[in-house]
Amino acid sequence: MDVSLADIAAWLPDLTDGLTVSLIVTAGSLLLGIPLGLLLALGVQAQWRPLRGACLAFVEIGRGTPALVLLQFVYFGLPAVGLTMTSYAAAILALACNTGAYTSEIIRAGLQSVPHGQREAATAIGLSRLDELRYVLLPQGLRIAVPALLGFSILIFQGTSLCFVVALPELLSRAYEIGSTTFEYFPALLAAACLYAVICIPASILVGAVERRAGHYSRR
Amino acid sequence: MSDMLAILSGLPWTMALTAVALALGVFFGVPLALARRSRHAAVWLAAAAVIALIRSIPPLVWLFILFFGLGTGYIQISPFLAAAVAFGLIATANMAEIYRGGLMAIQHGQWDAAEALGLSRFHTFADVVAPQALRVSLPSAASYAIGLLKDTATASTIGVMELTFQANQLSQRTFSGLYAFGIAAAIYILISLPVAWLARSADSYLRTKVAR
Repeated sequence: MDVSLADIAAWLPDLTDGLTVSLIVTAGSLLLGIPLGLLLALGVQAQWRPLRGACLAFVEIGRGTPALVLLQFVYFGLPAVGLTMTSYAAAILALACNTGAYTSEIIRAGLQSVPHGQREAATAIGLSRLDELRYVLLPQGLRIAVPALLGFSILIFQGTSLCFVVALPELLSRAYEIGSTTFEYFPALLAAACLYAVICIPASILVGAVERRAGHYSRR
Repeated sequence: MSDMLAILSGLPWTMALTAVALALGVFFGVPLALARRSRHAAVWLAAAAVIALIRSIPPLVWLFILFFGLGTGYIQISPFLAAAVAFGLIATANMAEIYRGGLMAIQHGQWDAAEALGLSRFHTFADVVAPQALRVSLPSAASYAIGLLKDTATASTIGVMELTFQANQLSQRTFSGLYAFGIAAAIYILISLPVAWLARSADSYLRTKVAR
């Protein structure tokens, strides 16, 4: 290995540019995916059967399909039906669908853990179904879902590495690119791995702390 | 129909990769979980660091490090072997965490009772705690196995000829990604269903054999 620290320092701006792309895709997927997850969570509890069936199908397909296959389906498959997207848009769309399917289960579990008496109380004081959701169920249910949603966000950040296959210039693609031009794959990929670890390890320690705090409150 | 068969030809590779990685994880996860629960700070800190490090790096990055990183100039390694080692490593860290969760679910009274009976530390673990902890771990292990099955799709990027790789080939040959990846997605869902069903029925049976 003839790579000095100076070489790695020279690669760093390129790698951090890639990291920025990864973080933007993560943010975009979560911003689209978590509201989608909320809608799906409400949809699978709907009374109207066609809506419930459609939401269930979306969740099961979204969770049952590997994110990589979903991504390639969106990027290489959808142009056949006239939906051609940039790799950025395809990445965010595919990961948002994945996020929606997984977070809907997390949010549903959160909503279901709100004690039934809360619903009865809301009905008793004459809240409409929408107000019951807005003021009673969501504030309590989402709070319970927060630690799991944060944990899932870390997984989606790691999942952005899959966008390598649609030629999105994210962190892994940049490291691979450096590897293919300098033929120093090992140090370049290791540098990228370090950047992933530098973000994910503190993030998961933080999520663990939030989890313990949430557990502390729920035990009261 | 022939397209379907073309993709299905990747199924044995997908299953083999999942099985090998899972077997490595189920086996090596045990010592790692025990090290994580060690009384010696140096041991459990090291185990915790190893688990955190393995899990903080995306599977695709592990694959690339092993296949392109080590493969160019260090040790030549076949795509399947690289993928088996990468996923085996990741499965080890994840199974260690699953076992740890199982051990934590065992009530303290079980240890107390074993001590009162005069069992040695080894027998307490091997005959009383571990059999129950394994039963508690099963549902998480099963959902992890399904997750692992889907994660192995990333091995297509380094040329393991599994399902997603075959779908990719078909998509390039027929210019219809919609069809190729649609079939692949359906196959993944179809294999996950029986595994999930088996795990659920095994779990409800094993649950009855855990003291609570």
